[in-house]
Amino acid sequence: MLGKLLRRELLRHWRCRQDLINPLIFFLITVSLFPLAVTPDGAMLSRIGNGIIWVAALLAAMLSLESMYRDDFYDGTLELLMLQSGSPYSVVMAKIISHWLTTGLPLVIMSPLLAVMMQMEGDAIGALMLTLLIGTPVLSLIGSVGMGLTVGLRQGGVLLSLLVLPLYIPILIFGAGAVSRAAMGMDYSGQLAFMGAFLLGSISLVPFASVAAIKVSIR
Amino acid sequence: MNWQWFHRLSSPKWFYQISERWLPWVMGVSLVLMAAGIYQGLFNSVPDYQQGESVRIMYLHVPTAFASMMFYMVMAIAAAIGYIWRIKLAHMAAISAAPVGAAMTFLALFTGAFWGKPMWGTWWVWDARLTSELILLFLYLGFISLHQAFEDREVGDRAAGVLAMVGVVNIPIIHFSVEWWNTLHQGATISKFEKPSLDPSMLIALLLMIFAVILFCSAIMMYRMRNEVLSRENNKSWVKEVVLGKQIGKMK
Repeated sequence: MLGKLLRRELLRHWRCRQDLINPLIFFLITVSLFPLAVTPDGAMLSRIGNGIIWVAALLAAMLSLESMYRDDFYDGTLELLMLQSGSPYSVVMAKIISHWLTTGLPLVIMSPLLAVMMQMEGDAIGALMLTLLIGTPVLSLIGSVGMGLTVGLRQGGVLLSLLVLPLYIPILIFGAGAVSRAAMGMDYSGQLAFMGAFLLGSISLVPFASVAAIKVSIR
Repeated sequence: MNWQWFHRLSSPKWFYQISERWLPWVMGVSLVLMAAGIYQGLFNSVPDYQQGESVRIMYLHVPTAFASMMFYMVMAIAAAIGYIWRIKLAHMAAISAAPVGAAMTFLALFTGAFWGKPMWGTWWVWDARLTSELILLFLYLGFISLHQAFEDREVGDRAAGVLAMVGVVNIPIIHFSVEWWNTLHQGATISKFEKPSLDPSMLIALLLMIFAVILFCSAIMMYRMRNEVLSRENNKSWVKEVVLGKQIGKMK
């Protein structure tokens, strides 16, 4: 069941490819604004680059949450899926996994390019990719709760950021923290372990909250 | 076993009547305690050996910070009860606790800034406690604005309830992640297990103020709940009697 749902989600994303590219362009543009606004100085950029890339990835992941539920909600597909697929949890999981595959993973793949533009060194680039690889699924998971709650609202977008960004803070702290430790040549396995714990914890808890959120919205 | 008392607990009408009797007492005791606490704190307690007179901000700062966290728990527990057992009164309690808690969070940040300026030489630092208190404020604001975004109040109740429950899982995570990230704020001075590291005169003032602020917040929450009950039950006959009765009383 999960496989079929997942294929449907990926097909749906593939058919509106513009929605897939927009977050990536947003990611690129946001990061490239900082050298223009702060300083083009390489030493400075390599020090703040980890934080900038993490914040930009977080915002890009949040902006793309819209595509997760909105279209399916307005044409009634979401309601039918929740009623007829047998398990609402697999509907939610399929949406979260496909959101990560179409937004999180491309962000991870794109991040070394931006890291090089921000003058970051070898170790830090590896750490950045690794933390984004563990961190972006958590962003998709937590985001699905916020999106589920706001999908039926007309002014959902601004509200979504108010709901979701405070909950993103721990993953931002540990993600950016691990990269800056790596840049200084220190061990960052502790931070990675915490991010792994967040990932496992949210995989096991978030589907319940997410289904509850959608049930509130499709009433 | 007789469950009548339990069902009565969730009846808005019962709450309205019982709170009418309790409110003057809760408010009165809180005001007495607050007067005593302010007197003890401002005139009757010793200044700190390091911080001098400015330590007296503590008597407002610590109670409001305590209440800010306590009322988040109150709100989340009430929202969970309302969500799980579909009890309307519990949702009303959660909705009424949120603005009180948000106000206390703001006050704790505000008084903290005024304490930080003379002590640390700055209004704000990105320190663990300050940052997690600020995030707590965002969580409160998210809860309030999510609830208000729904036209149907009962849908809003359930949506905001889900958010409150998610937030309560996140609060320890946020707290500890921020704590391990950076800290400057002093540690807790009152603990159940150890002898308090405060002068007795300061401790008395602090405890008086903590109880006063908690009771004051509870009283404000009860006022808000009573309004909430009246506006949500406005088609019930007892509400009409209460409201009309009061108006007739005023006309006389």
